[in-house]
Amino acid sequence: MITLSLEKESIEQTFETTVPFQMENILKVNSLEIFYGEKRAVNGISMDIEKNSVTALIGPSGCGKSTFLRSINRMNDLIPGARAEGEILYEGLNILSQQINVVALRKEIGMVFQKPNPFPKSIYENITHALKFSGIKKKSLLDDIVQESLEKAALWDEVKDRLHKSALSLSGGQQQRLCIARTIAMKPAVMLLDEPSSALDPISNAKVEELIVELKKDYSIIIVTHNMQQASRISDKTAFFLNGDLIEYDLTEKIFTNPSVKKTEEYISGRFG
Amino acid sequence: MNSKTADRLATGVFIAIAIIIISILVGLFSFILINGLKHVSLHFLTTPSSNVMAGGGIRDQLFNSFYVLIITMLITIPLGLGGGIYMAEYAKPGKVTDTIRSCIEVLASLPSIVIGMFGLLMFVNLTGWGYTILGGALALTVFNLPVLVRVSEDAIRAVPRDLKEASLALGITHWHTIKTVILPSAFPSILTGAILAAGRVFGEAAALLFTAGLSTPRLDYTNWNPFSDQSPLNIFRPAETLAVHIWSVNTQGLIPDVEEVSNGSAAVLVLSVLLCNLLARWIGSMIHKKITATK
Amino acid sequence: MEKIVPAKERLLKSEKNWMDGEVRGKFLVILCAVIMISATIAITIFLGTKGLQSFIKNGVSLIEFLTSTKWNPTNQANPEYGVLPFIFGSFAVTFLAALVAAPLGIGGAIFMTEIAPSWGRKMLQPVIELLVGIPSVVYGFIGLTVLVPFVREHVGGLGFSLLSGMIVLSIMILPTITTIATDAMSSLPKSLREGSYALGATRWQTIRKVLIPAALPTLLTAVVLGMARAFGEALAVQMVIGNVRDIPSSLLDASATLTTIITLNMGHTTYGSVENNTLWSMGLILLVMSFGFILLIRYLSSRRKM
Repeated sequence: MITLSLEKESIEQTFETTVPFQMENILKVNSLEIFYGEKRAVNGISMDIEKNSVTALIGPSGCGKSTFLRSINRMNDLIPGARAEGEILYEGLNILSQQINVVALRKEIGMVFQKPNPFPKSIYENITHALKFSGIKKKSLLDDIVQESLEKAALWDEVKDRLHKSALSLSGGQQQRLCIARTIAMKPAVMLLDEPSSALDPISNAKVEELIVELKKDYSIIIVTHNMQQASRISDKTAFFLNGDLIEYDLTEKIFTNPSVKKTEEYISGRFG
Repeated sequence: MNSKTADRLATGVFIAIAIIIISILVGLFSFILINGLKHVSLHFLTTPSSNVMAGGGIRDQLFNSFYVLIITMLITIPLGLGGGIYMAEYAKPGKVTDTIRSCIEVLASLPSIVIGMFGLLMFVNLTGWGYTILGGALALTVFNLPVLVRVSEDAIRAVPRDLKEASLALGITHWHTIKTVILPSAFPSILTGAILAAGRVFGEAAALLFTAGLSTPRLDYTNWNPFSDQSPLNIFRPAETLAVHIWSVNTQGLIPDVEEVSNGSAAVLVLSVLLCNLLARWIGSMIHKKITATK
Repeated sequence: MEKIVPAKERLLKSEKNWMDGEVRGKFLVILCAVIMISATIAITIFLGTKGLQSFIKNGVSLIEFLTSTKWNPTNQANPEYGVLPFIFGSFAVTFLAALVAAPLGIGGAIFMTEIAPSWGRKMLQPVIELLVGIPSVVYGFIGLTVLVPFVREHVGGLGFSLLSGMIVLSIMILPTITTIATDAMSSLPKSLREGSYALGATRWQTIRKVLIPAALPTLLTAVVLGMARAFGEALAVQMVIGNVRDIPSSLLDASATLTTIITLNMGHTTYGSVENNTLWSMGLILLVMSFGFILLIRYLSSRRKM
């Protein structure tokens, strides 16, 4: 066990892994429980999400990983009867608190969904829609942000000549990258990706994965995925969920080559799920 | 008789029923259009009606029908939209929502004559207005509103959930999402429903009998001042609509050419409703093409 | 990412950053819901109190009202206020119309879903929609100019009769019954049909023994809804039924319904007079019957869920 402390930011961390240097955490989850009515979907999990990394959440269907993800940007509020207990600390605040302005929160914690869901508007408007709402009106500024976001999402070259065409005319993979672009445009700190390429063909999937690895330089990414190969390819740390419990959370390399918990090993080798 | 024969017989019966239904429609429509269209001329449409003499037209009644429709829609569309948004986006399952749904159901199933009586009580006598366009429009609102609420609610619920989630996840408020994402998507269906509802309102008579009345004052169509007594735009005047006119010339009227006037009016009414239906269908298929083509 | 504004200010709810557009929108929309509830309550209260005037203020006996067959309100010496003939007329014409329209409507639905499922619907559906679009006065007018003379010449009586009323109404409620019956039949699970055919049943046997019983609650609802519509129809019926104050003894006799009496007499009775008040009481009966129909339909729908 190595205990380190950072003088600069005074955060104490305890690691059980062989990490050579200190990583800053962007999210701290403490004893999080999520209920749908009487049914408990997530049973008291605690974990820290590192800044500028890709954290993968894996596990069989119904294990609670998507529920957990959606609680981070308070999307579970949309479901009647859903409630969360415990803490998720972001920038020192518990974002589960009723005092939080969720609208402002979601600008900083963005989400990309499983099925690409661009607005039935032009490519340009898809990106500017949320920007205009948050007060950016100047056209030149909007144009810059659109270009910047599309470039970061590796989509600019493909659409720069048809920005005002409908977003629905793009292919599935392009639509998903557009959804990523419009999330990037809000300059979030965290990006939550809920099985972002499960609805895409393998080539688009590869492009999206490349993109994610690039993006972690500027954003902290949490990705839920059914695809274990994907998790092992692109993530730095992986968390394995089962029946609402966090079974194991460690460096990706370790999870996939030498997991500590037997259940993890069984899932990885395909014995269930 | 064995089962095969019975089956064939039954099939025959069902086909006969279908034929009967179609013949009824064809018969009705041909009767109306053949008998009516020959009386519909520009002269017919622009001449004021007569109470005792032959040769009366339907100018004022036609105008009144349209005007009452417009006023009714001006009231019911915002209210219906608001109600639909509430039911689809804000209402939580529970006693209150059930109560509202029951109210919608009740309002939608009241016979129009009962609504006319309520209109008479409230908008004619209690308010002291007498027979007015406004009173008629308010009475029509009572049963048009549930239709529009239902239309709006269904259209909003039909908008895919992930569109709403996409907008909310970007840090946009609920109301703004409704305004800028959900309503635009739901708009075509709402429009179709509104046009169909307009068609029904146009042909309504029983509710207007005691609220908008059976007469129209002398109108000066060049007078556009809505506060003047002679202006057709004045909503505080009595207004006999086309549908009411058909009824009154057949039951109370003394004009000798009652059949011609009624036939002509019936043709105009039916054609207008038909046009509304066609318009609604056309818009519906255009939307369908738009949605399926780009996806 | 440089955070110039500290987290607490960005993320916590406060007076200034809590969207008031949100609150405004919610308020507007709740207002609409409130209006609908108030309208329903207002109608019930107003029509209720006005309808009771003739009993409370004018002393008309409720029992006489509902059971006497003599309607003679203008008789100075001995006014009589029995509306039974009209109640009878309303029920009679409603049931008769349902008798005709139900088999036609359900038959049409079965045609669309079982006999010709691919093209039947495309053909009949627009027909039904067009029938709905014809305004009730036009039905009344055609009834008056075509049906009444026809009945008079070829069947008997004055032409103005229960028969005419029944025919006009049945055509008017046909679309209602057909539409709901079609929904009922088409929402039956395919497995029901497939199971029956697999056992070697003919189509008619399947329809008769499997499908109709399965769809029965909704089919009944369709018929009841049609009847509710028929009960409340005023102008079309009024133009063909004759409007007499006696109970008809045959289909060819003229009759009157609650709706037709109200339509005819509201205009020329003085507001506030006894005769006028009794018309409002008849309107109250109509209102009560509407509620009754709604309750009946709800009961039938809840049976379906079981």
